[in-house]
Amino acid sequence: MTILALRRPYVCREMVELITDYLEGALPRSQRRRFDAHIAGCEHCGEYLRQMRETIRLTGTLTDADLTSAMREEFGELFRQMRDEDARDREA
Amino acid sequence: MTLRSPLARSRPPADPDADLLARVRAGEERAFVELVARHRGTMLRLARMHVSSSAIAEEVVQDAWVAVLRGLAAFEGRSTFRTWLLQIVLNRARSTGVREHRTIAVGDAGPAVDPTRFDADGAWASPPRPWEDEIGERLDARALASQLRSGLDGLPARQREVVMLRDVDGLSSDEVCAALDITEANQRVLLHRGRSRLRAALEAEVGTP
Ligand SMILES: [Zn+2]
Repeated sequence: MTILALRRPYVCREMVELITDYLEGALPRSQRRRFDAHIAGCEHCGEYLRQMRETIRLTGTLTDADLTSAMREEFGELFRQMRDEDARDREA
Repeated sequence: MTLRSPLARSRPPADPDADLLARVRAGEERAFVELVARHRGTMLRLARMHVSSSAIAEEVVQDAWVAVLRGLAAFEGRSTFRTWLLQIVLNRARSTGVREHRTIAVGDAGPAVDPTRFDADGAWASPPRPWEDEIGERLDARALASQLRSGLDGLPARQREVVMLRDVDGLSSDEVCAALDITEANQRVLLHRGRSRLRAALEAEVGTP
């Protein structure tokens, strides 16, 4: 690859594949500069980057189903057992 | 202006579980149940990656909580509680696991975006339509969550695992690599495919151009 090829600006199709490395801070500095340069001049890739960030943010709002009351009871029971066991050990 | 000693600065960030842990140590049952509720999903997901059935994963998680209660007095907080907890789960899942080591199918190297949306030079021909205002208006929180969940369900298993652990559970990339025995580079590829597909799933819901 020639120096010229290395300096070639990224096209949009390449940008969407680099985006995770970019967000993860895994792009080497020179590539990061080319990425930033493209974003600065391309509103569509800027929008795409915002959408990826928004996707990550929204995924982060998903939560697991809460414990059922049966499970709460079960883990409460486990806790009491262990606490009593512990108390017995200390007495012995 | 407050001067902070170098020691204070180097102190690790506060453990988000510290308050609950203190209450558990004081013998409060309800605090323990809250602690379980907070971490059980992540524990199950991690365990399930190393054992052959959900039932076995449940057992591993149950055993892990017993180990946690036994070991809590000795836990010194050198790591966060969650790091310690997940290590216990992983050790148990690995020693229980009969599952064959799965080959890491990083494959599925489909592009992040449908290639027909770019022109011959690789520039957007059909660019993404701006979201931000729209997405909150057109989809209520529940519709959005269900769209994301079905998007996640539709991902290949490895991509789903990595996206869930990173973006739902909030694990670091180091933690995910260690949990799944994969390299940083593999982890990033899986994360990239998974997140890209989720974005596309949301876009399909919000409306394609
Ligand atoms: Zn672009």
